[in-house]
Amino acid sequence: MTLSWSRFASPATFYPLAGRLIPVFWVLAAALILLAFYWGFFETPDQLGGSNAQKGYYRIIFIHVGTAWMSMWLYGMLVLWAAVGLVFKTRLSFMMANAIAPTGAIFTFLALWTGAIWGRPSWGTYWDWDPRLTSELILFFLYVGYIALHSAIDDSRRADRAASLLAIVGLVMVPVIFWSINCPDPNQCAALHQRSGLGKVDGNILFAMLTMTLGFWMYSFATTLMRLRGIILTREAETTWVQDLLRSEGRPA
Amino acid sequence: MFKVFWSVLHRDLLLAMRRRTDVLTTLFFFVIVVSLFPLGVGTEHAVLRVLGPGVVWVAALLASMLALERLFAADYEDGTLEQLLLTDQPLVLLTLAKVTAHWLLTGLPLVLIAPLVGMQYRLTDTAVAVMMVSLLLGTPVLSLIGAIGAALTLGLRGGGILLALLILPLYIPVLVYGAGAVTVGALAFGDARPYLTLLAAFLVAALALAPFASSAALRISIE
Repeated sequence: MTLSWSRFASPATFYPLAGRLIPVFWVLAAALILLAFYWGFFETPDQLGGSNAQKGYYRIIFIHVGTAWMSMWLYGMLVLWAAVGLVFKTRLSFMMANAIAPTGAIFTFLALWTGAIWGRPSWGTYWDWDPRLTSELILFFLYVGYIALHSAIDDSRRADRAASLLAIVGLVMVPVIFWSINCPDPNQCAALHQRSGLGKVDGNILFAMLTMTLGFWMYSFATTLMRLRGIILTREAETTWVQDLLRSEGRPA
Repeated sequence: MFKVFWSVLHRDLLLAMRRRTDVLTTLFFFVIVVSLFPLGVGTEHAVLRVLGPGVVWVAALLASMLALERLFAADYEDGTLEQLLLTDQPLVLLTLAKVTAHWLLTGLPLVLIAPLVGMQYRLTDTAVAVMMVSLLLGTPVLSLIGAIGAALTLGLRGGGILLALLILPLYIPVLVYGAGAVTVGALAFGDARPYLTLLAAFLVAALALAPFASSAALRISIE
């Protein structure tokens, strides 16, 4: 049996596959997130640090770190699918990129929001112009720009390709932006986010954090695929397979 | 090949010279925005000196962005752009020529007016010199990056405001180093050298990459 890479590039074959995968991802997402909540609340220390201890509120990092990671990862995936679409001219890739964008924007917003809530008790401020905070805000702008450009163009072919090009340009600019706001002069500003590494984190905290991230990942798959199915149906509404599908489900075409 | 570049450049400059108000509008927009800030935040010298670099650079960003809409729009409406795309000349070169013309008409005037603006903000002479150099290096980058956005939003409803949304986040590095150079270089020109070097690096990178992105964007917008 030969495996054809392009087999699932057709919306008609991918649509039922996505339908089968969605419940799997929902179950995985729910299980992982619940486990992470349990572990984060009951298996981790109540205080962190020595002289200036962080009390229970530090637990927001279980959500904060996961959402921040996902926001960056999903932008990378968005650009990947956009690039694949531009190179191979596959419609489904553009639809995939398009379906990822809202989930990514939501995660970016959540990372900023949870960060603000955490920052108030620990840094004494909801917002500061720390490099990572600012980069995350700009990432949010990039998501919004992608969605805005895509929805402003009526012709879906042009919308797909224009928004994809914008996403790629955005990816090129992200590191430049990060390094330009990352304190050109260390005497003028200091980063609030301290240097950290996964090895330095307590095992239980790390476990809860990674499980939560994995749960968010599964959630992203589930929502993206659901949105993708919607996009496929809208775009392919005139084709015979969608008409057949609607008829077999007993819905008016 | 250079002949193509020159003829497009010459044509765009000639067209602009026939309608001089378009060029002056951008310039006066810049001057007005910069003049509004002292009226809003008060005219204390110390405050103005701190705000000056940032305000001038943000105003330059906005002025260059507002002018971007006209970069391809007129040629798009009367069909010239389509003809340009159909020629057998490299589109990258044509785009670069158009962007160069655009910069000469909107970026260069800002550089030349900078000393006047510097006086309004009581900037030192060295700061004004640094500001001119930083604008000279930075505004072409704005035009180059902006051209991508202008090409992507060609002929869209609400194109102007959309363009702002797409392009302004990408202008951040230029803003940071442009305004940073002026702040740091207030006392001695040499202090601003690292910032100016980085701006020059941005310019080289943008010159090498941005025309390709904007010509790809033009091809997407006109099919």
